Amino acid sequence: MIISQEEVIETNTMVREENLDVRTITIGVSLLDCADADLKKTCDNIYAKLMRVAKDLVKTGEDIAGEIGVPIVNKRISITPAAIVGSACCKKPKDFVKIAKTLDKAAAKLGVNFIGGYSATVQKDMTKADELLMRSIPEAMAATSRLCASVNVGSTKTGINMDAVRLMGEIVKEAAELTKDRDSIGCAKIVVLCNAPDDNPFMAGAFHGVSEGDAVINVGVSGPGVVHHVLKNLHGADFETLCETIKRTAFKITRVGQLVAQEASKRLGIPFGIIDLSLAPTPAVGDSVADILREIGLEHPGAPGTTAALALLNDQVKKGGVMASSYVGGLSGAFIPVSEDQGMIDAVDAGALTIEKLEAMTCVCSVGLDMIAIPGDTPAASIAGIIADEAAIGMVNQKTTAVRVIPVAGKNVGDRVEFGGLLGYAPVMRVSPFDCSAMVNRKGRIPAPIHSFKN
Amino acid sequence: MKKVIISIVGKDTVGIIARTATYLSKANVNILDISQTVVQGYFHMMMIVDVAKCKTPFAQFAAEIIALGSEIGVDVRVQKSEIFEKMHRV
Repeated sequence: MIISQEEVIETNTMVREENLDVRTITIGVSLLDCADADLKKTCDNIYAKLMRVAKDLVKTGEDIAGEIGVPIVNKRISITPAAIVGSACCKKPKDFVKIAKTLDKAAAKLGVNFIGGYSATVQKDMTKADELLMRSIPEAMAATSRLCASVNVGSTKTGINMDAVRLMGEIVKEAAELTKDRDSIGCAKIVVLCNAPDDNPFMAGAFHGVSEGDAVINVGVSGPGVVHHVLKNLHGADFETLCETIKRTAFKITRVGQLVAQEASKRLGIPFGIIDLSLAPTPAVGDSVADILREIGLEHPGAPGTTAALALLNDQVKKGGVMASSYVGGLSGAFIPVSEDQGMIDAVDAGALTIEKLEAMTCVCSVGLDMIAIPGDTPAASIAGIIADEAAIGMVNQKTTAVRVIPVAGKNVGDRVEFGGLLGYAPVMRVSPFDCSAMVNRKGRIPAPIHSFKN
Repeated sequence: MKKVIISIVGKDTVGIIARTATYLSKANVNILDISQTVVQGYFHMMMIVDVAKCKTPFAQFAAEIIALGSEIGVDVRVQKSEIFEKMHRV
């Protein structure tokens, strides 16, 4: 098969000028066999297993990137939800923090930038260990730098565990307070999910579900800059042309991920799990989902028509990507974080984008309210209310939704928060001042919706 | 056969092909195809080569050609052909 020069130039222009990259190779590692009744033994087992399974991850990623000429930005690890692994040996939140430090130490030693799975899946109810882990999250996030925490509080099949939602409102506030000297960055590593997938390679919500095998390779692709670029030539084109173009581009981007995943799987001797076809923006100029929405025809994200434009984008990314990969999973769609996307930040600064509009957008994007700085004095009950709203959208629409908000201690609407690196910076956004505590303080769970009963 | 694509972008100058080809010959790499074009004022050259009999490991081979490129003053990329095959073929 002859490769044409146009094809080579097209691929290399995507890399050189449009920020095409493979966002992450994430090894999922089961830690179920590390559990022991003794805490130290459990920590030792965890450290040893991670060192054994993931020892060649970073080097392999770099080798593949060098050979194909496409950067692989992150190498990461996801683990079995820590609440399960530590359930036999952790009797208080501080015990879980020891596991957190072990995970962080292993991540640093292996050179991975994040390790996810400091998690509890409590969509129906919490075990004692789940609750201990959740209560340990603020201290664990303050004491580590590479560890990410996630809690699944609802699902279409089980409904929403409102006791967990209420607790997470408090946990997020506490984590903000414990890291207040660093703009409450602890909260940037905590996500509360509904319908969390078992095989998501993206942080902060990555964990290695119990339905997974011993180890698996999941790859997250990206490329909002590439989609943005091809749309530049389509001003005034009809929807058919627009959609076909996005689909074709998503296909090409995903094929790169598929190639990387297969190579990594072969070289590491670990089975290939899924490709997550996501448009994941970064703070770099030209790597923005908001820019795509603008190119579709909006003055700013948040303008009327934004939800429709995002729905179209999300769907075409999936349609193009599905054919390009043998297994698709994870979150797969367009991410709409605020602090990690320069175009979103501009939209907030222009007064075009509010939390309420972002909430509407989460009905059709791949995840949820992501990396949003809110005033530090937002009550825990209001944060729980925001979580409940997102979980309800996920539960009813049978999709993953999530909340990653940062109630920045000491900051108010109009202030700016600097997280640095991939996490970017964010303007503090307004939260409705009206009270929802009487609802949030009700005990128990919201039942599963009628359309979940499919048996 | 192990196909690798060498792509060169930069200002056109004397000896780009000659010097690259001389290096490839020393490294025991066979040139299968060469094409060149000018896009947006830049000179683009693409070589399809077979590295099956190349004695140098891939990473070192790539690094040496890239270094040669900087000597000449052009940007060089050395990539396994799979990336283009996967991306542009169904």
